[in-house]
Amino acid sequence: MRQVRDDTARERDDTARERRVTPRRRGRVPAALLIPAGLGLLFLVLPLVGLVIRVPWTTLPQRLTEPGALTALRLSVQTATLATALCLLLGVPLAWVLARVEFPGRRLVRALVTVPLVLPPVVGGVALLLVFGRRGLLGGWLDATFGITLPFTTAGVMLAESFVAMPFLVIAVEGALRAADHRYEEAAATLGASRWTAFTHVTLPLVAPGLAAGAVLCWARALGEFGATITFAGNYPGRTQTMPLAVYLALETDLESAIVLSLVLLVVSVGILVALRDRWMSSA
Amino acid sequence: MSGALLDARLVVDRGAFRLDVPLRVAPGEVVALLGPNGAGKTTALRALAGLHPLTAGHVTLDAVDLDRPATRGWVPTERRPIGVVFQDYLLFPHLSALDNVAFGPRRHGVERRAARATAREWLTRVGLDAQAQRRPRQLSGGQAQRVALARALAVAPSLLLLDEPLAALDARTRLDTRAELHRHLSAHAGATVLVTHDPLDALALADRLVIVEGGRVVQEGDGPSVTARPRTDYVARLVGLNLYRGRADGHGVRISPDLTLTVADRLDGEAFVAFRPAAVALHPARPEGSARNTWAGTVVGVQRHGDNVRVQLDGPIGVAADVTPAAAAQLRLIPGQRVWVAVKATETHAYPATG
Repeated sequence: MRQVRDDTARERDDTARERRVTPRRRGRVPAALLIPAGLGLLFLVLPLVGLVIRVPWTTLPQRLTEPGALTALRLSVQTATLATALCLLLGVPLAWVLARVEFPGRRLVRALVTVPLVLPPVVGGVALLLVFGRRGLLGGWLDATFGITLPFTTAGVMLAESFVAMPFLVIAVEGALRAADHRYEEAAATLGASRWTAFTHVTLPLVAPGLAAGAVLCWARALGEFGATITFAGNYPGRTQTMPLAVYLALETDLESAIVLSLVLLVVSVGILVALRDRWMSSA
Repeated sequence: MSGALLDARLVVDRGAFRLDVPLRVAPGEVVALLGPNGAGKTTALRALAGLHPLTAGHVTLDAVDLDRPATRGWVPTERRPIGVVFQDYLLFPHLSALDNVAFGPRRHGVERRAARATAREWLTRVGLDAQAQRRPRQLSGGQAQRVALARALAVAPSLLLLDEPLAALDARTRLDTRAELHRHLSAHAGATVLVTHDPLDALALADRLVIVEGGRVVQEGDGPSVTARPRTDYVARLVGLNLYRGRADGHGVRISPDLTLTVADRLDGEAFVAFRPAAVALHPARPEGSARNTWAGTVVGVQRHGDNVRVQLDGPIGVAADVTPAAAAQLRLIPGQRVWVAVKATETHAYPATG
């Protein structure tokens, strides 16, 4: 009883102390933190400002409609969309298994899934070549059996983008599945839904926001993919030359063109950020 | 009861805890599993629904083995003819009330339009046809409860299972919903098993109570017999009775070496004695009179209880007494105070502890 009273008294003291401290906390931010913070922000924003300042606004429409730029843009959007579709097809079931099925080595599998996140994309490209290349582990068999060649083709671009982008989707969807109450699936089962029906009719709609966010992130990552693509698929205009590759190439010959292409990618990225702002920025 | 629709012996091992509950429910009968938290009631319900496999025993519904570990008989949840109302309802948040109710019929192969018609009929029956297009988060607690009930009943289940169906509601809504729920449960032709820790819900809704404590059935019977003759402290507390176990010899029941209660009933052998707290009188001095049980006790607690004051007393036996506030003031009842406790033999109820 005495202990309880003491605790309550201490709590009251704490509250009082906090109340006294609050006004001071609202006071000045130390310069030692404010200055690096400002510099950090500048460091992140300045390059973007620099890019926008150098945009040749007068020739912009004409440069945007140049056949080369349009082709690269179309190819980028196409391959990124297909790559996202592939990631959804394989990544959502993978995320479901990781979130819902207990099996030995699950932690290891989860770690493996995230490897492409930290792997330098060029290394990913080399690895893909070693597997899907003409003389690769699967590539030779694919070529001999089906006559399918993946390296240096548009399909290869999609493959490279998928490899790099899929972890974003799997992680987002797995997180959403873990956050979703699995008892909804039990409720569905008591109403006669098989596990598959419960997945399609209950689980997927429940995680739809997480799924959408994951897909958009995945698409954005695929759209910006450079290293794995140029290593595995090369840089052939109209076939494997996506926007980032076109930017890199243009940089050597025509700076203005590179700036315009970069601006397009910047606009797309900011657009994605705005579309996801409720999900990613409001939580802060 | 050979006409049992549900015949089960639910044995589930969960670590050191073992649930072992035999359960038989006739068509149209409502049975309440009543017990304290952690007694294993929800585990029993999950075993019936197939959400938790049995360790041993069986679940047989309408002569079909749904779960029988001995013969590896197993019917998965989605193929059991059951309906479940979960404690927090688990209405699908992305579907309207109507589509929530239509979900079951759709999964049972009913075409969309017909399923919606069935769902609308059920929503009308629970008085929510006007809310059919609302999403679960736009419904009040009582409305959500009724949608959950309609959803469970829309598949015409042979076995209806309800897990603490009223626990999530506030007191006022609870009263209305309880009456409403009783109406629907009475109308249900199949067997109903309801899990609750609230004796009022159990008494209001069920035809028969099965009291579960520590994974075992400690008492079973209809409301009046359970409340009149509690067999464990838990039940006695639930129904607000003082309960003692002792050895009867005619009109005397020996509770402890130094206390034998005189009772009105005549019986021999192991016996329970029960009496209401209001039947206990408190006196400053030893009362005179014949047909009274009297002993000296010490006040250990005084609390407001409805219009009266509930006094907890220590002594040869612990006892709860209800006295009027005036009497409490007159007796100056404070913890530590010594008083005389008196209970008339005619106010006691004695019954055999066996059988």
